[in-house]
Amino acid sequence: MLRLNVILIVVTVACALGAVASQHEARKLFHELEREQERMRQLEVEWGQLQLEQSTWAAHGRIERIARERLRMQTPAQGQMIAVEPPGGGN
Amino acid sequence: MKFANSPLLSSLLPTWRARFVLLVLLTAFASLVARALYLQGVNNDFLQQKGESRYSRVIELSATRGRIVDRHGDVLAVSTPVKSVWAIPEDARLTPAQVRSLARLLEMEPREVSRRLAADSDFVFLKRQIAPHVAEKVAALNLPGIHQQREYRRYYPAGEVTAHMLGFTGVDENGQEGIELAFDSRLAGKPGGRRVIKDRLGRIVEDVESVRKPQDGQDITLALDSKIQYLAYTHLKQAIVEHKAKAGGIVVLDAKSGEVLALANLPTYNPNNRGRLSGAQLRNRALTDTFEPGSTMKPFTVALALEKGRYRFDSQIQTAPGRLTIGAATIHDAHPHGLLTVAEVVQKSSNVGVAKIAADLAPEEMWQMFDTLGFGTPPKLGFPGEAGGRLRPYKTWRPIEQATMSYGHGISVSLMQLARAYLVFARDGDLIPLSLIKLDTPPLAGRRVFSGQTAREVRVMLEMAVQPGGTAPKAQVPGYRVAGKTGTAHKLEGGRYSNQYVSSFVGFAPASDPRLIVAVMIDEPSAGRYYGGEVAAPVFSRVMAGALRALGVPPDTPLAPVQVARQNAAREVPAVPESM
Repeated sequence: MLRLNVILIVVTVACALGAVASQHEARKLFHELEREQERMRQLEVEWGQLQLEQSTWAAHGRIERIARERLRMQTPAQGQMIAVEPPGGGN
Repeated sequence: MKFANSPLLSSLLPTWRARFVLLVLLTAFASLVARALYLQGVNNDFLQQKGESRYSRVIELSATRGRIVDRHGDVLAVSTPVKSVWAIPEDARLTPAQVRSLARLLEMEPREVSRRLAADSDFVFLKRQIAPHVAEKVAALNLPGIHQQREYRRYYPAGEVTAHMLGFTGVDENGQEGIELAFDSRLAGKPGGRRVIKDRLGRIVEDVESVRKPQDGQDITLALDSKIQYLAYTHLKQAIVEHKAKAGGIVVLDAKSGEVLALANLPTYNPNNRGRLSGAQLRNRALTDTFEPGSTMKPFTVALALEKGRYRFDSQIQTAPGRLTIGAATIHDAHPHGLLTVAEVVQKSSNVGVAKIAADLAPEEMWQMFDTLGFGTPPKLGFPGEAGGRLRPYKTWRPIEQATMSYGHGISVSLMQLARAYLVFARDGDLIPLSLIKLDTPPLAGRRVFSGQTAREVRVMLEMAVQPGGTAPKAQVPGYRVAGKTGTAHKLEGGRYSNQYVSSFVGFAPASDPRLIVAVMIDEPSAGRYYGGEVAAPVFSRVMAGALRALGVPPDTPLAPVQVARQNAAREVPAVPESM
């Protein structure tokens, strides 16, 4: 009888410790998940800012200015344009 | 001495004393039980709350407002987090030096900062929506009672180019103008929340309740093509500067799908920096302002006459001597023409000719057509303040009014309505609804207003109008056949026609298979020239040329002959000014 009790106590304590350990583990993992999700939100914000930056750099006005002023490009005059027919003739 | 022999035991005390002590003890015990019951059973909210607040927190999950992108996915409006600085005045006991350094970072007057901190409330905003790097510096000052809060701010990378189309949002991210207002419910997100358990170090360890997920706002893909929008805006701006005009508007439509590819107005504003805004800058003229369109209405009258079989393409009309008296009023042509065919009436824009054609039409028929074309009713795009224009009931029309309406006076329309009505000529008589949103499949068929035959005949007339001998050779686009009509109308001011003009041009290309409709309106050009063919047609030509190229529409006429034709036009045929 006594031996059985001792065994049961040992088993109970072991179970309790196991529960504590797994709870702790779960919380640690949950915290990690939280951190990753926070990082995801950060990256989303950054993505938005990068999109904003991209469209600022790629603004049509800016491209036109650079093309005209720095690269000295210009719209071809009427006589300089040749229409290329697609192979097969039709369009 | 033994306990049993103690003299105290033998001295008998009165029994009431023992009972009294017992009673006191019992009473004390009972009150303890009652208090415990009260705290744990009846009034337990307060303590539970206190306990919970030690470990559990409610976290607000903010939702971002949807982005607005153009048809190619380029971002036109996006929200990004910024910081707002707020204070609890009672806690914010700052030295004058601290106030000064805070004011310098926030770019405010130190006096203004002190005034706000002296406010008699628990919460004041010092400055909203500051850049993240400034917010970091403010946080580094580590001032008592000064806090920061994360907010979202909306940015518009294209600035004034798309200002009227997109509108803007208020400081709390609610739409106030344009698309931002029209599609506010779809763009706006729903913030969520979650209750969590935090540990000693403030780390989240567990969710207590189910998480209310924040719903981010939907992205909106507009029909707008930002390249065409930029073209439209810059060329309109250029023309307004060149002709010293008061204002202007331009609309570009896709004739195949009814999508609005571009919409620009001037004067405009920068939606990212709305310090001082006037009503004139905010007005979305293409939609909310109506004007008397003038000659751009003539093709509709002519189309109706063809449709009803009263006239044919080549019926002859005597327009000499360039005057026509109806009742007490006389209609003039800017230049007397003589005997013209119906096609030439449109080509040369003769008021007398169109008025004579209209005289053979019943007022009811004309009203019916105008109404079907959408004049007099707002286009229902969802924009705030869309105007319907003025179309009086036909029963009140006098003959002279019917005559002036036939060439676009006594009726008012918005530029968007006018552009939409031209869909019937570009689509063989078919009118479809417009769309601000990119469509996956174009509407199959709309409402038939004219027969295909009528629409094609009017198209030929409109093509003649931009050829040498017409009113707008300057609307030509090299490589493409173009069709369109000029308009030059006196402005109504206080019920009288003033000496100011509205110049307009509406047209489409390529004429063989129309793809784009461009409508240009320029208000009060005051640099000498004011004819639609001189002021508005060149804008049309430049925008159309750029847009057709951007869309890769194959040319429908060889480049070279157009060039020759142009040289001829310049040398032999003087530009024919159109009548009004």
